[in-house]
Amino acid sequence: MNVPAAWYLVLAAVLFGVGAYGLLTRRSALIMFMCLELMLNAVNLTFVTFSRTMSDIAGQVTVFFVMVVAAAEVTVGLGIVVAIFRRRSSTSVDELSEMKG
Amino acid sequence: MTSLMPSIHYLAVLPAALVLGASVLALILTSLVRGGISTRTSTGISVLAGLATLVVTFFQWSYVAHHGATTTIDHAIVLDGFSVVATGVLAVSLIMAALVAHDWLSRSAVSGPQFHILALAASAGALVMVQANDLVVIFLGLEILSIGLYVLVALDRHRASSSEAALKYFLLGGFASAIFIYGAALVYGATGTTNVSSISYFLAGNVLLRPGLLWAGGALLLVGFAFKVAAVPFHLWSPDVYEGAPTPVTGFMASIVKVGAFAALVRVIISALGTQMDTWRPILFALVVLTTLVGASMALIQRNVKRMLAYSSINHAGFILLGVWSATTRGNAATLFYLMTYAPIVVATFAVVALVGGARDDAHAIDRYRGLARRQPLLGGALAILLLSQLGVPLTTGFYAKFAVLASAVDAGGGALAVIALLAAAIAAFFYLRWVLALYAEEPVELDRVVVGRASALVIGLGVAITLVFGVWPGPLAALASHATVLFTP
Repeated sequence: MNVPAAWYLVLAAVLFGVGAYGLLTRRSALIMFMCLELMLNAVNLTFVTFSRTMSDIAGQVTVFFVMVVAAAEVTVGLGIVVAIFRRRSSTSVDELSEMKG
Repeated sequence: MTSLMPSIHYLAVLPAALVLGASVLALILTSLVRGGISTRTSTGISVLAGLATLVVTFFQWSYVAHHGATTTIDHAIVLDGFSVVATGVLAVSLIMAALVAHDWLSRSAVSGPQFHILALAASAGALVMVQANDLVVIFLGLEILSIGLYVLVALDRHRASSSEAALKYFLLGGFASAIFIYGAALVYGATGTTNVSSISYFLAGNVLLRPGLLWAGGALLLVGFAFKVAAVPFHLWSPDVYEGAPTPVTGFMASIVKVGAFAALVRVIISALGTQMDTWRPILFALVVLTTLVGASMALIQRNVKRMLAYSSINHAGFILLGVWSATTRGNAATLFYLMTYAPIVVATFAVVALVGGARDDAHAIDRYRGLARRQPLLGGALAILLLSQLGVPLTTGFYAKFAVLASAVDAGGGALAVIALLAAAIAAFFYLRWVLALYAEEPVELDRVVVGRASALVIGLGVAITLVFGVWPGPLAALASHATVLFTP
């Protein structure tokens, strides 16, 4: 069975949208990290799809770069969350309201 | 296998390699030497790496002057006048920020070489960004820069606001990066490549029947950049992050992110998508109007000087975007000139703020500055000059920088835009002048004398010298900026 490339692109766009929506509306830092990962993986799917349709390997190579970046980003992000968690034992961003204005 | 290896032009990649190497060296020394390395040693490594990079830029400049601009590593890295000058600006910012941090590290509770290791790594990312000729390489540079900065912002573990600011910066920065790389993916789908020069050739030689994919991709790239340079309406993170971050980090961030992101923005918008400039102009127009006006007016109501400077830097981002909007050779030169003059001044301004902020780095109310210039004429006077330069008073570099972007915009047919930007500059004048007047206020508050360390004094002196010398005599910098053209201009 042959699935048209456009379907993959639409799926990726939907995943990206879900990730973006989640990042903007959810209040738990860990869920927000997951949304970030979802967005980056939607990008990967887009790259692979275009790479397939154009028979160009460069898009697939890019995916590796994006994966490495995503891993590095989450490591740092979790480090920051741990630093905050030690202080106030909650990961909800609503409680981070020391600065306003 | 050898045929698969792209050739490497080592002079072109030397700045990033040097700075990253210095970072790794400091990291290894920290682990090997018993008890870690002293602040003096790590500052020395940073400053030396910055100076070495400056020396390399001279060789790069003469190479470009003799052999012309070139690309290397399979056209992913570019060596042109624009990248060389931007590299020099980054090196100066790195040196100044390292010196500011030196004093801060020796008086605050934060210690150790972490600042320098991370600042060097982040600078390497910015250096990659200004030389990148491929959307994916720009993304990598952006991430190296940003990830270093996320940790730097969280460095002061004695203040809750530091890690809070880091989380905010991380979440919104990650969001912006994801948007940017999605934009790159869509542009790849539309043009079949992520290389800036190939995109430029493709768009010059082909008419896209269905340009929707390219437009969506370009718009997403623009949004990603707008987040990074804190252009309104994507600026909401910036006041909180500027306030929460340790002050030396704020100064470093304000200078280095602006240079890296704007250099990459010029490459993407003007080199890669330059043939489609009519599509991006309205978006940039809206960004410039919002950024200059909102930045200036929000700064008026702030009581905390770091937040005030955050909005001031948003206002400056609007002016730099004005140069990008022009999309002419003259506009590029104006953008570069603005970055060259803004970066050292903002580091020096934050150096003063870091000193006044005290050991705990939390005294940033504007009332702390009342009568400062009467108690300490040198420090207060230096801050006054730096603020007047940011305002754009004649005989400072700020004036020529603003004049250059406005002139390039008028040249490109943006008279209305220039008038709006001038209006914003007039609004911005209020808060700079309010601060300067507070410095010279009569009733001096009973406060301890601000202790000025030698390294900070050097940075502040350098910032004042740059703004006054090149303010009176802008010729050399302006000539440098106008000779530093981008390799692929449409």
